[in-house]
Amino acid sequence: MIPVCHLADLPAGESVRIDTAPPIAVFNADGQLYAIDDTCTHQDASLADGWLEGCLVECPLHAASFDLRTGAPTCLPARRAVRTHPVTVEDGMIYVHHVAEEGTAA
Amino acid sequence: MKSVAVIGASLAGLYAARALRAEGFDGRLVIVGDEHHRPYDRPPLSKDFLTGTTGQDQLALADAEETAELDAEWLLGTRATGLDTAAGAVLLDHGRPLTADGVVLATGATPRRLPGPAPAGTHTLRTLDDARALRADLTRGPVRVVVIGAGFIGAEVASSCAALGHDVTVVEAAPLPLLPQLGDEMARICTALHADHGVTLLTGTGVAALHGAGADPRVTSVELSDGRRLPADVVVVGIGVRPHTDWLASSALPLDDGVVCDAGCVTALPNVVAVGDVARVAGVRAEHWTSATEQATVAARNLLAGRTVATHRALPYFWSDQYGVRIQFAGRRGPDDTPRILEGSPDDRSFLACYEREGRTTAVLALNRPRPFMRHRRDLARATQPATT
Ligand SMILES: Cc1cc2nc3c(=O)[nH]c(=O)nc-3n(C[C@H](O)[C@H](O)[C@H](O)COP(=O)(O)OP(=O)(O)OC[C@H]3O[C@@H](n4cnc5c(N)ncnc54)[C@H](O)[C@@H]3O)c2cc1C
Ligand code: FES
Repeated sequence: MIPVCHLADLPAGESVRIDTAPPIAVFNADGQLYAIDDTCTHQDASLADGWLEGCLVECPLHAASFDLRTGAPTCLPARRAVRTHPVTVEDGMIYVHHVAEEGTAA
Repeated sequence: MKSVAVIGASLAGLYAARALRAEGFDGRLVIVGDEHHRPYDRPPLSKDFLTGTTGQDQLALADAEETAELDAEWLLGTRATGLDTAAGAVLLDHGRPLTADGVVLATGATPRRLPGPAPAGTHTLRTLDDARALRADLTRGPVRVVVIGAGFIGAEVASSCAALGHDVTVVEAAPLPLLPQLGDEMARICTALHADHGVTLLTGTGVAALHGAGADPRVTSVELSDGRRLPADVVVVGIGVRPHTDWLASSALPLDDGVVCDAGCVTALPNVVAVGDVARVAGVRAEHWTSATEQATVAARNLLAGRTVATHRALPYFWSDQYGVRIQFAGRRGPDDTPRILEGSPDDRSFLACYEREGRTTAVLALNRPRPFMRHRRDLARATQPATT
Protein backbone atom coordinates (compact mmCIF):
# COMPACT_ATOMS: atom_id res chain seq x y z
CA MET A 1 0.00 0.00 0.00
CA ILE A 2 1.63 3.22 -1.17
CA PRO A 3 0.60 6.62 0.21
CA VAL A 4 0.05 9.12 -2.60
CA CYS A 5 -1.10 12.46 -1.19
CA HIS A 6 -3.99 14.04 0.63
CA LEU A 7 -7.26 13.82 -1.22
CA ALA A 8 -7.50 17.61 -0.90
CA ASP A 9 -4.27 17.92 -2.87
CA LEU A 10 -5.65 16.04 -5.87
CA PRO A 11 -8.71 17.98 -7.00
CA ALA A 12 -10.95 16.77 -9.82
CA GLY A 13 -9.21 16.87 -13.19
CA GLU A 14 -5.75 16.55 -11.65
CA SER A 15 -3.18 13.78 -11.77
CA VAL A 16 -0.02 12.93 -9.94
CA ARG A 17 2.86 10.59 -10.70
CA ILE A 18 4.40 8.48 -7.98
CA ASP A 19 7.95 7.27 -8.36
CA THR A 20 7.43 3.59 -7.90
CA ALA A 21 9.22 1.20 -10.23
CA PRO A 22 7.63 1.36 -12.70
CA PRO A 23 5.98 4.71 -11.93
CA ILE A 24 2.22 4.93 -11.31
CA ALA A 25 -0.13 7.75 -12.27
CA VAL A 26 -3.09 8.60 -10.05
CA PHE A 27 -6.03 10.55 -11.46
CA ASN A 28 -9.02 12.28 -9.97
CA ALA A 29 -11.60 11.93 -12.74
CA ASP A 30 -14.54 14.02 -11.57
CA GLY A 31 -14.25 12.65 -8.06
CA GLN A 32 -13.40 9.06 -8.98
CA LEU A 33 -9.83 8.05 -8.24
CA TYR A 34 -7.91 5.77 -10.58
CA ALA A 35 -4.35 4.50 -10.69
CA ILE A 36 -2.59 3.07 -13.73
CA ASP A 37 0.98 2.45 -14.78
CA ASP A 38 2.30 5.85 -15.75
CA THR A 39 4.29 4.93 -18.85
CA CYS A 40 2.33 4.76 -22.10
CA THR A 41 2.49 1.32 -23.69
CA HIS A 42 3.26 2.90 -27.06
CA GLN A 43 6.55 4.60 -26.28
CA ASP A 44 7.81 6.39 -23.20
CA ALA A 45 5.49 9.28 -22.41
CA SER A 46 4.14 9.85 -18.91
CA LEU A 47 0.37 9.49 -18.78
CA ALA A 48 0.19 11.67 -15.67
CA ASP A 49 1.07 14.46 -18.11
CA GLY A 50 -1.84 13.47 -20.32
CA TRP A 51 -5.20 15.04 -20.98
CA LEU A 52 -7.96 13.80 -18.70
CA GLU A 53 -11.47 13.73 -20.08
CA GLY A 54 -14.15 11.71 -18.29
CA CYS A 55 -12.45 8.45 -17.47
CA LEU A 56 -10.13 8.59 -20.46
CA VAL A 57 -6.59 9.89 -20.49
CA GLU A 58 -4.94 10.96 -23.73
CA CYS A 59 -1.19 10.44 -24.04
CA PRO A 60 0.70 13.73 -24.43
CA LEU A 61 3.03 12.40 -27.14
CA HIS A 62 0.98 10.66 -29.86
CA ALA A 63 -2.56 10.92 -28.51
CA ALA A 64 -3.28 7.28 -27.70
CA SER A 65 -6.15 7.17 -25.22
CA PHE A 66 -6.60 4.81 -22.25
CA ASP A 67 -9.67 3.92 -20.23
CA LEU A 68 -8.74 4.49 -16.59
CA ARG A 69 -11.24 1.85 -15.42
CA THR A 70 -9.67 -1.00 -17.38
CA GLY A 71 -6.33 0.32 -18.59
CA ALA A 72 -7.31 -0.65 -22.13
CA PRO A 73 -6.33 1.62 -25.01
CA THR A 74 -9.30 3.07 -26.89
CA CYS A 75 -7.33 4.11 -29.97
CA LEU A 76 -4.01 3.76 -31.73
CA PRO A 77 -1.06 4.02 -31.58
CA ALA A 78 -1.20 2.20 -28.24
CA ARG A 79 -2.15 -1.43 -28.64
CA ARG A 80 -1.51 -2.86 -25.17
CA ALA A 81 -3.30 -2.05 -21.91
CA VAL A 82 -1.62 -0.34 -19.00
CA ARG A 83 -2.00 -2.06 -15.65
CA THR A 84 -4.56 -0.65 -13.27
CA HIS A 85 -4.12 -0.51 -9.49
CA PRO A 86 -6.77 -0.27 -6.79
CA VAL A 87 -7.00 3.06 -4.95
CA THR A 88 -8.43 3.69 -1.50
CA VAL A 89 -8.84 6.74 0.70
CA GLU A 90 -8.25 6.47 4.44
CA ASP A 91 -8.47 9.45 6.76
CA GLY A 92 -8.26 11.81 3.81
CA MET A 93 -5.14 10.13 2.47
CA ILE A 94 -4.98 8.44 -0.96
CA TYR A 95 -3.34 5.03 -1.14
CA VAL A 96 -2.47 2.91 -4.17
CA HIS A 97 -2.46 -0.85 -3.80
CA HIS A 98 0.34 -1.76 -6.10
CA VAL A 99 -0.43 -4.76 -8.30
CA ALA A 100 2.60 -6.96 -8.84
CA GLU A 101 4.38 -6.76 -12.20
CA GLU A 102 3.25 -10.18 -13.43
CA GLY A 103 -0.41 -9.54 -12.62
CA THR A 104 -2.90 -8.63 -15.30
CA ALA A 105 -5.00 -5.51 -15.04
CA ALA A 106 -6.81 -5.54 -11.71
CA MET B 1 -15.14 -0.17 -54.89
CA LYS B 2 -14.06 -3.82 -54.96
CA SER B 3 -10.29 -3.57 -54.72
CA VAL B 4 -7.74 -1.13 -53.33
CA ALA B 5 -3.97 -1.14 -53.76
CA VAL B 6 -1.91 0.63 -51.11
CA ILE B 7 1.55 1.50 -52.38
CA GLY B 8 4.06 1.92 -49.56
CA ALA B 9 3.95 -0.41 -46.57
CA SER B 10 4.81 1.94 -43.76
CA LEU B 11 3.04 4.27 -41.36
CA ALA B 12 0.70 6.09 -43.74
CA GLY B 13 0.00 3.01 -45.87
CA LEU B 14 -0.80 0.79 -42.90
CA TYR B 15 -2.99 3.42 -41.26
CA ALA B 16 -4.82 3.95 -44.55
CA ALA B 17 -5.40 0.20 -44.87
CA ARG B 18 -6.75 0.10 -41.32
CA ALA B 19 -8.95 3.10 -41.97
CA LEU B 20 -10.39 1.50 -45.11
CA ARG B 21 -11.38 -1.57 -43.12
CA ALA B 22 -12.73 0.58 -40.29
CA GLU B 23 -14.87 2.42 -42.86
CA GLY B 24 -16.35 -0.93 -43.87
CA PHE B 25 -14.35 -1.69 -47.00
CA ASP B 26 -14.44 -5.49 -47.31
CA GLY B 27 -13.00 -5.93 -50.80
CA ARG B 28 -9.56 -7.00 -51.91
CA LEU B 29 -6.81 -5.03 -50.20
CA VAL B 30 -3.26 -5.33 -51.51
CA ILE B 31 -0.33 -3.62 -49.79
CA VAL B 32 2.84 -3.19 -51.83
CA GLY B 33 6.13 -2.24 -50.18
CA ASP B 34 9.66 -2.28 -51.49
CA GLU B 35 11.19 -2.92 -48.09
CA HIS B 36 11.22 -6.52 -46.93
CA HIS B 37 9.99 -5.60 -43.47
CA ARG B 38 6.44 -5.37 -42.29
CA PRO B 39 5.47 -1.81 -41.28
CA TYR B 40 7.61 -0.44 -38.48
CA ASP B 41 7.91 2.89 -36.74
CA ARG B 42 10.67 5.21 -37.95
CA PRO B 43 10.98 7.87 -35.21
CA PRO B 44 12.82 5.55 -32.79
CA LEU B 45 15.45 4.82 -35.46
CA SER B 46 17.35 8.01 -34.64
CA LYS B 47 16.54 7.83 -30.93
CA ASP B 48 16.17 4.74 -28.73
CA PHE B 49 16.84 2.23 -31.46
CA LEU B 50 20.16 3.86 -32.29
CA THR B 51 21.22 3.94 -28.64
CA GLY B 52 20.12 0.34 -28.22
CA THR B 53 17.37 0.89 -25.64
CA THR B 54 14.61 -0.13 -28.07
CA GLY B 55 14.81 -3.39 -29.96
CA GLN B 56 13.58 -4.21 -33.44
CA ASP B 57 10.47 -6.07 -32.26
CA GLN B 58 9.31 -2.95 -30.40
CA LEU B 59 9.22 -1.04 -33.67
CA ALA B 60 6.46 -3.14 -35.27
CA LEU B 61 3.35 -1.12 -36.11
CA ALA B 62 1.09 -4.19 -36.08
CA ASP B 63 1.28 -7.58 -34.39
CA ALA B 64 0.33 -10.90 -35.98
CA GLU B 65 -3.27 -10.71 -34.79
CA GLU B 66 -3.79 -7.18 -36.11
CA THR B 67 -2.16 -8.13 -39.38
CA ALA B 68 -4.50 -11.10 -39.75
CA GLU B 69 -7.51 -8.90 -38.94
CA LEU B 70 -6.55 -6.52 -41.70
CA ASP B 71 -7.04 -9.33 -44.18
CA ALA B 72 -4.70 -7.85 -46.77
CA GLU B 73 -2.41 -9.36 -49.37
CA TRP B 74 1.13 -8.21 -48.75
CA LEU B 75 3.58 -7.80 -51.61
CA LEU B 76 6.73 -6.96 -49.71
CA GLY B 77 10.08 -6.60 -51.43
CA THR B 78 8.09 -5.37 -54.41
CA ARG B 79 8.53 -1.95 -55.95
CA ALA B 80 5.83 -0.11 -57.82
CA THR B 81 7.31 1.26 -61.02
CA GLY B 82 4.40 3.11 -62.55
CA LEU B 83 0.74 3.96 -62.43
CA ASP B 84 -1.26 3.25 -65.56
CA THR B 85 -4.33 5.31 -64.83
CA ALA B 86 -6.04 4.42 -68.10
CA ALA B 87 -5.86 0.71 -67.33
CA GLY B 88 -6.42 1.19 -63.60
CA ALA B 89 -3.22 -0.69 -62.85
CA VAL B 90 -0.09 -0.32 -60.78
CA LEU B 91 3.03 -1.60 -62.54
CA LEU B 92 5.38 -3.63 -60.39
CA ASP B 93 9.08 -4.43 -60.72
CA HIS B 94 8.23 -8.09 -60.82
CA GLY B 95 5.01 -9.94 -61.48
CA ARG B 96 1.98 -8.81 -63.38
CA PRO B 97 0.52 -5.32 -63.11
CA LEU B 98 -1.80 -4.98 -60.17
CA THR B 99 -5.27 -3.83 -61.13
CA ALA B 100 -7.31 -2.01 -58.53
CA ASP B 101 -10.37 0.22 -58.40
CA GLY B 102 -8.72 2.53 -55.90
CA VAL B 103 -5.09 3.38 -55.15
CA VAL B 104 -3.51 4.85 -52.02
CA LEU B 105 -0.12 6.43 -52.66
CA ALA B 106 1.97 6.15 -49.49
CA THR B 107 5.54 5.92 -50.76
CA GLY B 108 6.94 8.42 -48.28
CA ALA B 109 10.23 10.15 -48.75
CA THR B 110 13.85 9.27 -49.27
CA PRO B 111 16.98 11.00 -47.92
CA ARG B 112 18.77 13.53 -50.06
CA ARG B 113 22.33 12.52 -50.76
CA LEU B 114 25.50 14.52 -51.21
CA PRO B 115 26.88 14.66 -54.74
CA GLY B 116 30.09 12.72 -55.29
CA PRO B 117 31.30 9.39 -53.98
CA ALA B 118 30.19 8.13 -50.56
CA PRO B 119 32.96 5.97 -49.08
CA ALA B 120 32.03 3.13 -46.68
CA GLY B 121 31.12 4.46 -43.27
CA THR B 122 28.85 7.10 -44.82
CA HIS B 123 25.20 6.72 -43.87
CA THR B 124 21.77 8.16 -44.37
CA LEU B 125 18.97 7.25 -41.98
CA ARG B 126 15.50 6.45 -43.19
CA THR B 127 14.98 2.71 -42.98
CA LEU B 128 15.49 -0.04 -40.46
CA ASP B 129 18.30 -1.40 -42.62
CA ASP B 130 19.93 2.06 -42.60
CA ALA B 131 19.64 2.18 -38.82
CA ARG B 132 21.10 -1.28 -38.39
CA ALA B 133 24.05 -0.46 -40.63
CA LEU B 134 24.69 2.77 -38.73
CA ARG B 135 24.36 1.04 -35.39
CA ALA B 136 26.86 -1.59 -36.46
CA ASP B 137 29.38 1.18 -37.17
CA LEU B 138 28.70 2.74 -33.76
CA THR B 139 29.17 -0.35 -31.63
CA ARG B 140 32.81 -1.05 -32.37
CA GLY B 141 34.22 1.29 -29.75
CA PRO B 142 34.44 5.08 -29.68
CA VAL B 143 34.68 6.72 -33.09
CA ARG B 144 34.68 10.20 -34.57
CA VAL B 145 31.27 10.91 -36.02
CA VAL B 146 30.50 13.80 -38.35
CA VAL B 147 26.81 14.52 -38.82
CA ILE B 148 26.06 16.62 -41.89
CA GLY B 149 22.88 18.63 -41.39
CA ALA B 150 21.55 19.91 -38.06
CA GLY B 151 17.84 19.49 -38.69
CA PHE B 152 15.78 17.38 -36.33
CA ILE B 153 17.05 14.03 -37.55
CA GLY B 154 20.66 15.20 -37.67
CA ALA B 155 20.33 16.57 -34.15
CA GLU B 156 18.77 13.37 -32.87
CA VAL B 157 21.51 11.26 -34.45
CA ALA B 158 24.16 13.55 -32.93
CA SER B 159 22.48 13.23 -29.55
CA SER B 160 22.31 9.43 -29.77
CA CYS B 161 25.93 9.20 -30.90
CA ALA B 162 27.02 11.43 -28.01
CA ALA B 163 25.03 9.26 -25.61
CA LEU B 164 26.93 6.25 -26.93
CA GLY B 165 30.18 8.00 -26.03
CA HIS B 166 31.35 9.01 -29.48
CA ASP B 167 33.14 12.19 -30.45
CA VAL B 168 30.53 14.10 -32.46
CA THR B 169 30.71 17.12 -34.75
CA VAL B 170 27.68 18.50 -36.57
CA VAL B 171 28.10 20.52 -39.76
CA GLU B 172 25.29 22.77 -40.96
CA ALA B 173 25.28 24.84 -44.15
CA ALA B 174 22.80 27.43 -42.86
CA PRO B 175 23.98 30.09 -40.40
CA LEU B 176 21.43 28.81 -37.89
CA PRO B 177 19.82 25.35 -37.92
CA LEU B 178 16.05 24.93 -37.49
CA LEU B 179 15.45 28.57 -38.42
CA PRO B 180 12.64 27.81 -40.90
CA GLN B 181 10.85 25.61 -38.39
CA LEU B 182 11.31 27.59 -35.17
CA GLY B 183 12.39 31.14 -36.00
CA ASP B 184 15.58 32.79 -34.80
CA GLU B 185 15.17 32.98 -31.03
CA MET B 186 13.82 29.48 -30.46
CA ALA B 187 16.16 27.92 -33.02
CA ARG B 188 19.08 29.36 -31.06
CA ILE B 189 17.84 27.81 -27.85
CA CYS B 190 17.30 24.38 -29.38
CA THR B 191 20.60 24.49 -31.19
CA ALA B 192 22.40 25.23 -27.94
CA LEU B 193 21.60 21.70 -26.80
CA HIS B 194 24.54 20.42 -28.86
CA ALA B 195 27.08 22.46 -26.91
CA ASP B 196 25.39 21.53 -23.62
CA HIS B 197 26.37 17.95 -24.34
CA GLY B 198 29.86 18.46 -25.70
CA VAL B 199 28.91 18.21 -29.36
CA THR B 200 30.61 20.68 -31.69
CA LEU B 201 28.33 22.49 -34.12
CA LEU B 202 29.86 24.19 -37.16
CA THR B 203 27.40 26.40 -38.99
CA GLY B 204 27.48 28.35 -42.22
CA THR B 205 29.64 25.86 -44.02
CA GLY B 206 28.81 23.27 -46.62
CA VAL B 207 30.62 20.07 -47.43
CA ALA B 208 32.99 19.95 -50.40
CA ALA B 209 33.84 16.24 -50.37
CA LEU B 210 34.03 13.06 -48.35
CA HIS B 211 37.49 11.51 -48.43
CA GLY B 212 38.25 7.84 -48.03
CA ALA B 213 41.25 5.56 -47.94
CA GLY B 214 41.92 1.96 -48.84
CA ALA B 215 41.11 -0.29 -51.77
CA ASP B 216 37.49 -0.45 -50.67
CA PRO B 217 37.56 3.15 -49.53
CA ARG B 218 36.35 3.87 -46.00
CA VAL B 219 35.67 7.41 -44.96
CA THR B 220 38.56 9.17 -43.26
CA SER B 221 37.58 12.83 -43.36
CA VAL B 222 35.02 15.40 -44.37
CA GLU B 223 36.27 18.36 -46.36
CA LEU B 224 34.27 21.51 -45.70
CA SER B 225 33.63 24.16 -48.33
CA ASP B 226 35.83 26.58 -46.38
CA GLY B 227 38.74 24.15 -46.78
CA ARG B 228 38.79 22.70 -43.27
CA ARG B 229 39.05 18.93 -42.96
CA LEU B 230 37.33 17.06 -40.16
CA PRO B 231 38.69 13.60 -39.40
CA ALA B 232 35.82 11.10 -39.42
CA ASP B 233 35.30 7.37 -38.97
CA VAL B 234 31.55 7.56 -39.48
CA VAL B 235 29.56 10.16 -41.42
CA VAL B 236 25.80 10.58 -41.24
CA VAL B 237 24.18 12.69 -43.93
CA GLY B 238 20.95 14.26 -42.68
CA ILE B 239 20.24 16.97 -45.21
CA GLY B 240 16.54 16.42 -45.66
CA VAL B 241 14.36 14.19 -47.76
CA ARG B 242 12.57 14.32 -51.06
CA PRO B 243 9.22 12.69 -51.70
CA HIS B 244 9.27 9.27 -53.35
CA THR B 245 7.50 10.26 -56.55
CA ASP B 246 10.01 9.21 -59.25
CA TRP B 247 7.94 6.15 -60.05
CA LEU B 248 4.95 8.38 -60.80
CA ALA B 249 6.78 10.65 -63.24
CA SER B 250 5.14 9.15 -66.33
CA SER B 251 1.68 8.94 -64.78
CA ALA B 252 -0.96 11.58 -65.46
CA LEU B 253 -0.84 12.77 -61.85
CA PRO B 254 0.33 16.32 -61.16
CA LEU B 255 3.50 16.31 -59.05
CA ASP B 256 5.08 19.28 -57.32
CA ASP B 257 7.44 18.33 -54.52
CA GLY B 258 5.02 15.53 -53.72
CA VAL B 259 1.76 14.26 -55.15
CA VAL B 260 -0.58 17.21 -55.50
CA CYS B 261 -3.84 16.64 -53.61
CA ASP B 262 -6.75 18.68 -52.34
CA ALA B 263 -7.41 19.16 -48.63
CA GLY B 264 -8.93 15.69 -48.55
CA CYS B 265 -5.78 13.95 -49.85
CA VAL B 266 -7.51 13.30 -53.18
CA THR B 267 -5.31 13.63 -56.29
CA ALA B 268 -6.42 14.79 -59.71
CA LEU B 269 -8.12 11.39 -60.00
CA PRO B 270 -10.93 10.68 -57.54
CA ASN B 271 -9.89 7.04 -57.17
CA VAL B 272 -6.29 7.87 -56.27
CA VAL B 273 -5.43 9.38 -52.89
CA ALA B 274 -2.05 10.20 -51.35
CA VAL B 275 -1.05 10.17 -47.69
CA GLY B 276 1.96 10.84 -45.52
CA ASP B 277 5.32 12.27 -46.51
CA VAL B 278 4.67 11.83 -50.24
CA ALA B 279 1.47 13.89 -50.26
CA ARG B 280 1.21 17.62 -50.84
CA VAL B 281 -2.13 18.25 -49.19
CA ALA B 282 -3.71 21.60 -50.01
CA GLY B 283 -0.28 23.03 -50.80
CA VAL B 284 1.56 21.67 -47.77
CA ARG B 285 3.75 18.59 -47.61
CA ALA B 286 4.29 17.55 -44.01
CA GLU B 287 7.05 15.20 -42.96
CA HIS B 288 5.60 14.28 -39.62
CA TRP B 289 4.33 11.15 -37.98
CA THR B 290 1.04 12.57 -36.73
CA SER B 291 -0.10 14.08 -40.00
CA ALA B 292 0.63 10.79 -41.79
CA THR B 293 -1.75 8.97 -39.45
CA GLU B 294 -4.44 11.66 -39.56
CA GLN B 295 -4.37 11.95 -43.34
CA ALA B 296 -4.87 8.20 -43.66
CA THR B 297 -8.31 8.43 -42.06
CA VAL B 298 -9.40 11.31 -44.25
CA ALA B 299 -8.05 9.74 -47.43
CA ALA B 300 -9.75 6.40 -46.78
CA ARG B 301 -13.14 8.07 -46.36
CA ASN B 302 -12.75 10.07 -49.54
CA LEU B 303 -11.49 7.14 -51.57
CA LEU B 304 -14.52 5.08 -50.62
CA ALA B 305 -16.89 8.00 -51.16
CA GLY B 306 -15.42 8.65 -54.61
CA ARG B 307 -15.08 12.36 -53.86
CA THR B 308 -13.86 14.71 -51.16
CA VAL B 309 -16.27 14.42 -48.26
CA ALA B 310 -13.70 15.02 -45.50
CA THR B 311 -10.67 17.28 -45.24
CA HIS B 312 -7.50 17.20 -43.17
CA ARG B 313 -7.33 20.40 -41.17
CA ALA B 314 -5.78 19.23 -37.91
CA LEU B 315 -3.20 21.48 -36.34
CA PRO B 316 0.27 20.41 -37.50
CA TYR B 317 2.23 18.75 -34.68
CA PHE B 318 5.63 17.17 -34.28
CA TRP B 319 8.01 16.21 -31.54
CA SER B 320 11.71 15.50 -31.36
CA ASP B 321 13.81 13.94 -28.60
CA GLN B 322 17.36 15.22 -28.28
CA TYR B 323 19.83 15.12 -25.42
CA GLY B 324 17.14 14.10 -22.95
CA VAL B 325 14.97 17.05 -23.98
CA ARG B 326 11.57 16.48 -25.52
CA ILE B 327 10.75 19.20 -28.02
CA GLN B 328 7.09 19.55 -29.03
CA PHE B 329 5.68 21.96 -31.55
CA ALA B 330 2.15 22.55 -32.80
CA GLY B 331 0.61 25.14 -35.04
CA ARG B 332 1.28 27.16 -38.15
CA ARG B 333 4.08 29.61 -37.47
CA GLY B 334 4.55 32.50 -39.85
CA PRO B 335 8.10 33.80 -40.43
CA ASP B 336 7.45 37.00 -38.47
CA ASP B 337 5.50 35.57 -35.56
CA THR B 338 7.16 36.41 -32.28
CA PRO B 339 7.68 33.86 -29.53
CA ARG B 340 6.80 34.64 -25.95
CA ILE B 341 7.80 32.45 -23.04
CA LEU B 342 4.80 31.59 -20.89
CA GLU B 343 6.45 29.43 -18.28
CA GLY B 344 9.79 27.93 -17.41
CA SER B 345 13.13 29.15 -18.62
CA PRO B 346 15.27 28.49 -21.69
CA ASP B 347 18.32 28.31 -19.41
CA ASP B 348 16.82 25.23 -17.76
CA ARG B 349 15.94 23.77 -21.18
CA SER B 350 12.42 23.50 -19.84
CA PHE B 351 9.85 26.03 -20.98
CA LEU B 352 6.68 26.68 -22.89
CA ALA B 353 6.48 29.42 -25.52
CA CYS B 354 3.75 30.59 -27.81
CA TYR B 355 4.23 32.35 -31.10
CA GLU B 356 2.06 35.39 -31.66
CA ARG B 357 0.91 37.45 -34.60
CA GLU B 358 -1.15 40.57 -34.03
CA GLY B 359 -2.08 39.37 -30.56
CA ARG B 360 -3.19 35.95 -31.72
CA THR B 361 -1.37 32.71 -30.91
CA THR B 362 -0.27 30.85 -34.04
CA ALA B 363 1.87 28.06 -32.60
CA VAL B 364 3.20 26.60 -29.37
CA LEU B 365 6.60 25.17 -28.56
CA ALA B 366 7.68 23.30 -25.48
CA LEU B 367 10.90 21.85 -24.22
CA ASN B 368 10.30 19.24 -21.53
CA ARG B 369 6.86 20.64 -20.66
CA PRO B 370 4.47 18.02 -22.02
CA ARG B 371 1.60 18.84 -19.74
CA PRO B 372 1.07 22.54 -20.35
CA PHE B 373 1.97 21.94 -23.99
CA MET B 374 -0.95 19.60 -24.32
CA ARG B 375 -3.32 22.16 -22.86
CA HIS B 376 -2.07 24.96 -25.10
CA ARG B 377 -2.08 22.75 -28.16
CA ARG B 378 -5.74 21.92 -27.51
CA ASP B 379 -6.64 25.55 -26.93
CA LEU B 380 -4.92 26.49 -30.15
CA ALA B 381 -6.66 23.73 -32.09
CA ARG B 382 -10.01 24.92 -30.79
CA ALA B 383 -9.27 28.55 -31.55
CA THR B 384 -8.10 27.92 -35.09
CA GLN B 385 -10.78 25.49 -36.20
CA PRO B 386 -13.94 26.03 -34.22
CA ALA B 387 -16.08 24.26 -36.81
CA THR B 388 -14.45 20.85 -36.42
CA THR B 389 -14.24 18.64 -33.40
C1 LIG C 1 14.97 8.58 -38.32
C2 LIG C 1 13.63 9.26 -38.36
C3 LIG C 1 13.15 9.91 -37.22
C4 LIG C 1 11.91 10.55 -37.25
N1 LIG C 1 11.47 11.18 -36.12
C5 LIG C 1 10.27 11.81 -36.13
C6 LIG C 1 9.82 12.49 -34.96
O1 LIG C 1 10.47 12.50 -33.92
N2 LIG C 1 8.62 13.12 -35.03
C7 LIG C 1 7.85 13.13 -36.15
O2 LIG C 1 6.77 13.73 -36.16
N3 LIG C 1 8.26 12.49 -37.27
C8 LIG C 1 9.46 11.84 -37.29
N4 LIG C 1 9.89 11.20 -38.42
C9 LIG C 1 9.05 11.27 -39.63
C10 LIG C 1 8.06 10.13 -39.75
O3 LIG C 1 8.67 8.90 -39.49
C11 LIG C 1 7.48 10.15 -41.14
O4 LIG C 1 6.71 11.32 -41.25
C12 LIG C 1 6.64 8.93 -41.45
O5 LIG C 1 7.43 7.77 -41.49
C13 LIG C 1 5.91 9.10 -42.78
O6 LIG C 1 5.26 7.91 -43.10
P1 LIG C 1 4.95 7.49 -44.60
O7 LIG C 1 4.28 6.17 -44.50
O8 LIG C 1 4.32 8.60 -45.31
O9 LIG C 1 6.38 7.34 -45.31
P2 LIG C 1 7.56 6.31 -45.03
O10 LIG C 1 7.59 5.97 -43.60
O11 LIG C 1 8.76 6.90 -45.68
O12 LIG C 1 7.15 5.00 -45.84
C14 LIG C 1 7.08 4.89 -47.22
C15 LIG C 1 7.29 3.44 -47.58
O13 LIG C 1 7.05 3.27 -48.97
C16 LIG C 1 8.10 2.49 -49.53
N5 LIG C 1 8.20 2.83 -50.97
C17 LIG C 1 8.72 3.93 -51.52
N6 LIG C 1 8.62 3.88 -52.87
C18 LIG C 1 8.02 2.70 -53.17
C19 LIG C 1 7.64 2.08 -54.39
N7 LIG C 1 7.84 2.67 -55.58
N8 LIG C 1 7.04 0.87 -54.33
C20 LIG C 1 6.80 0.25 -53.12
N9 LIG C 1 7.14 0.81 -51.95
C21 LIG C 1 7.75 2.03 -51.96
C22 LIG C 1 9.30 2.92 -48.73
O14 LIG C 1 10.35 1.98 -48.85
C23 LIG C 1 8.71 2.96 -47.34
O15 LIG C 1 8.71 1.71 -46.74
C24 LIG C 1 11.13 10.55 -38.43
C25 LIG C 1 11.61 9.89 -39.57
C26 LIG C 1 12.84 9.26 -39.55
C27 LIG C 1 13.35 8.57 -40.78
S1 FES D 1 3.96 7.36 -26.26
FE1 FES D 1 1.85 7.40 -25.83
S2 FES D 1 0.94 7.42 -27.74
FE2 FES D 1 3.03 7.29 -28.21
